[in-house]
Amino acid sequence: MVEFLQFTLSGVSFGMIYAAVALSLVLIWRGTRLLNYAQGGMAMITTYIAIEVIYHTGSYWAGFVVALLAGILLGAICQVTIIRPTMNKPPLNAVIVTIGLLVLLEGLAGIFFGGQYRSFPAAFSVTGLKIGGTALGVSTFDVFVVAAVLVTTLVLAAAFRYTSAGLRMRAAAFNATIARLSGIRVARVLTVGWALAGLLGALAGVLVSPSTFLYPNSMDTIFVFGFTAAVIGGLDSPVGAVAGGLLLGLALSYAGGYLHSGASLVPLVALGILVVVLMVRPDGLFSATQVRRV
Amino acid sequence: MQTLPRRLGAAVVTAVIVWFLSVRLGTFRDFQIAEVAIEVTAVAGLTVLTGLSGQISLGNGAFMAIGGYTTALLLLHLNWPFIAALVASAAVTAVAGGIVGVAAARLRGPYLAGATLMLGVALPALASAYQGFLGGDQGLNVVFTAPAFLGATFPLTRWQAWVSTVVALVTLVLLANLCYSRIGRNWRAVRDDEVAAALDGVNVAVTRVLAFVVSAICAGLAGSLLAIVTSLVAPGAFTLTLSIALLTAAVIGGLGSLPGALWGSLLIVIVPTYVTDVATSHGLSSSVGSNIPIAAYGAVLILVMLAFPQGIQGGLRRLLTLFTGPDLGTRIPRDAPAPHVTPPADEAPASHHEKEGTA
Repeated sequence: MVEFLQFTLSGVSFGMIYAAVALSLVLIWRGTRLLNYAQGGMAMITTYIAIEVIYHTGSYWAGFVVALLAGILLGAICQVTIIRPTMNKPPLNAVIVTIGLLVLLEGLAGIFFGGQYRSFPAAFSVTGLKIGGTALGVSTFDVFVVAAVLVTTLVLAAAFRYTSAGLRMRAAAFNATIARLSGIRVARVLTVGWALAGLLGALAGVLVSPSTFLYPNSMDTIFVFGFTAAVIGGLDSPVGAVAGGLLLGLALSYAGGYLHSGASLVPLVALGILVVVLMVRPDGLFSATQVRRV
Repeated sequence: MQTLPRRLGAAVVTAVIVWFLSVRLGTFRDFQIAEVAIEVTAVAGLTVLTGLSGQISLGNGAFMAIGGYTTALLLLHLNWPFIAALVASAAVTAVAGGIVGVAAARLRGPYLAGATLMLGVALPALASAYQGFLGGDQGLNVVFTAPAFLGATFPLTRWQAWVSTVVALVTLVLLANLCYSRIGRNWRAVRDDEVAAALDGVNVAVTRVLAFVVSAICAGLAGSLLAIVTSLVAPGAFTLTLSIALLTAAVIGGLGSLPGALWGSLLIVIVPTYVTDVATSHGLSSSVGSNIPIAAYGAVLILVMLAFPQGIQGGLRRLLTLFTGPDLGTRIPRDAPAPHVTPPADEAPASHHEKEGTA
């Protein structure tokens, strides 16, 4: 029973990180109908920036804030410089451009930061919490991970719901042509979407790196699971992204803990969940029913 | 329209060029020739799947793994001749492709991309999980030798390059015929408008699954070749990077075009090697030197896509029309409208003809 609790809590903690990546993908997908394969690479770069800042200033929080700001900046710059020119081209072009961006970022990280594994500090203690002598299998840092993603998600959701900037973003995602006719500067709104996605990605990178180490490819796996979570939840649904992330985090945590040769089977379990979900709902769990265009 | 003799002629000319290159150049170039041949075999299958039938796959590396492991197991345990193992690998991957195709038939765009991506990640993990039979992370060794009649001094790498090239060329000729047959027309019909195709009596589901089977067979052949060229099958050879490189090569070359598959494969094999040569000759430190090719590869991908939206083959065709005038355009245009992956958020009302293409 204690074991089950441990697996559950660590599953929630990882699930929230997948949820953050999934949310960043959903943000971009809703605005531009594009999957950003460079999301993990962008998060990797901002985490390297964070580690350098922490090393030079000695302050974790300075690195944390700089990483988030760098994420915003990187997202906006990428959108303006290389994504915008692909928007009126065949759709797969933009996909290949983001793949190219991923490869470019990983190469640059190798050149400037070296390929070796680097450990990343955690904001709080990573030793396990205890309740009355029983180890829970989660640390203060895990609690921080969950809280950070939750707070960010809720703030974003509130901003989308209640601010005029949020309304503009929803309008642009709903129908760009009509939004443009109503005087919304859609191009700028899309840049803001990428900036926010960059922020979420950077957050995921800083939160996951204490448990995975940091190296140029370190975010690849996280990206794959984040993408899977987004697909499970339905790419149009932010709620789905969080639910998909939690579902996947829990399932993978149980699989890794209970199955005999756990670690190497984790991707197969993820594939199994994905297949089952997509067989039942080909557009993800939380997608609105839509009529396919004839 | 191209005819069979013309395609066979192109294949023979390519074979002669490869023969000449392999005789004149060294061992390393042989390996590169084999690499390009393997790449082009897999990419050709993917460009048909994505460009003609409109289904995306980010998991064709998994089919390559199935082909590679099938070949390795047959050579290792049953001592089959390579040609038999090659055919068996194609058969096994055809079945696998059929299963995946049936599962994929309902999925569209990014959902299909996500499912196939996870397939590409998960399947090699299976090999790591089964230490005994599949050799775990170390993989399986593959013994492959040049035939005796070529003499004892004949370099194995040259034989590997020849075998790979022959398989690649045969695959390309067969694919070219398939694309212009009734099946190819059905693929294009389903890609452009499923409902209209169904009303015309095309069995949409079968057509879509068949495209997956064909692309899986190509990937299986490529995996089988990879096994004998690298003398090893291991999970590390069939990573996500491989699956993504296949799609990249297909799009960069020009989606739906078989010559484009060749250009794309050449680009993704040669650019990294070339930049590595330049970097090492300038005496750069190893961490910088080994990462410059990666960064350059990424930059080239972005630049090619921005400069040639229709891929290299599309760019070449445009250059050709610049010189000869638009009269040559009487040929049936083959550049594939990209599949239903990421429809632009605001499709500007386009002319009817263009609209058909981007749907």
